Amino acid sequence: MAFINQKKKEVQVKIVYYGPGRGGKTTNLEYIYNKFNHRIKTEIVAIKTHGDRTLFFDFLPFNIGKIKGYDAKIQLYTVPGQVKYNATRSLVLRGVDGIVFVADAMTVRQDKNILSLENLRENLSLYKKSISKIPLVFQYNKMDLAEQGIPLLSYETLQQTLNSQLKVPAFQASALLGTNVVQTMKKIITMTLTSLQKELE
Amino acid sequence: MSYTLGQKQLDSIEDTLNQDLIELGVQCVVLIDMAGNIIADLHSGEMIHDIYALAALAAGNYGAVSAMAKIIGEDEFSLLFHKGQKENIHFSKVSSEFLLITIFGNHVSLGFLRLKVTEAIEKIKKILEI
Ligand SMILES: Nc1nc2c(ncn2[C@@H]2O[C@H](COP(=O)(O)OP(=O)(O)OP(=O)(O)O)[C@@H](O)[C@H]2O)c(=O)[nH]1
Ligand SMILES: [Mg+2]
Repeated sequence: MAFINQKKKEVQVKIVYYGPGRGGKTTNLEYIYNKFNHRIKTEIVAIKTHGDRTLFFDFLPFNIGKIKGYDAKIQLYTVPGQVKYNATRSLVLRGVDGIVFVADAMTVRQDKNILSLENLRENLSLYKKSISKIPLVFQYNKMDLAEQGIPLLSYETLQQTLNSQLKVPAFQASALLGTNVVQTMKKIITMTLTSLQKELE
Repeated sequence: MSYTLGQKQLDSIEDTLNQDLIELGVQCVVLIDMAGNIIADLHSGEMIHDIYALAALAAGNYGAVSAMAKIIGEDEFSLLFHKGQKENIHFSKVSSEFLLITIFGNHVSLGFLRLKVTEAIEKIKKILEI
């Protein structure tokens, strides 16, 4: 739940990158950090395993300047995607304001995407939130792998299997190369702040 | 969804934290919500910690410890304390939504700190009307 500080004229917003294990959530945050590190004065906080898998979360605070006279402080988080880490994954969703669902476009990961989206729906309901009401953006990641001849799900298939009912914005991306990473982030920030507009007036 | 706190409430919270804790010799005190947002932060002297990271970690840590409590059949552990060589960190639940983090050196006695934290929490609850 976003916090609006009238004294400092500041709004703090929590955005969570969700999705199956190895889908590229952490890579999104790393790209954003490297691209904007002149603006971000702190390091990424990462609670991870020795093998660089997220264990609890990654955290990156990001100031985007003034929105309607308020200093907007965006807190970017990732969850651990591996199925076995559901206990910590659900904790990260506490107070979430907007979600990027990072799907893995590799054909072999189709079922993992579907299961993870179902898991998101369940975990949101723990906090009495609905996936169809919260600001949400899809990112179909690893599109760069096409060049290496790795079988990928088409945009149409991904839309059909994940987004046919939700009908939210979706981006084809490569977190590794940075394609559409910033666009994805900008979209979710705009949607989330728009959802808060009334409270900011 | 969001919630708002006004200038008056935030001023009162800061006054309380200042009088009860900073004047006791505590180095830093931060009121956060369980989503990891910072409601108020006070420092004796300069701010020397990355309090945004601290808030995110504290909220996650508190959530993890609460989940552990449930597993072993406890309702909650309302208080957490970590002792370092020079600095110590103390977490105390204000309500189901808010957590108070205190960072203090060895010159502050833990007993006295606990007492003051309890007092401050009572006042904050009144201010937040919870
Ligand atoms: N080719 C390619 N590889 C990617 C891309 N994004 C991520 N990867 C690789 O996929 C692997 C997993 O990426 P992470 O960002 O750690 O995945 P994650 O979603 O954070 O995984 P968990 O922490 O386990 O949930 C790493 O080896 C990345 O380099 C991409 O766009 N293209
Ligand atoms: Mg990760």
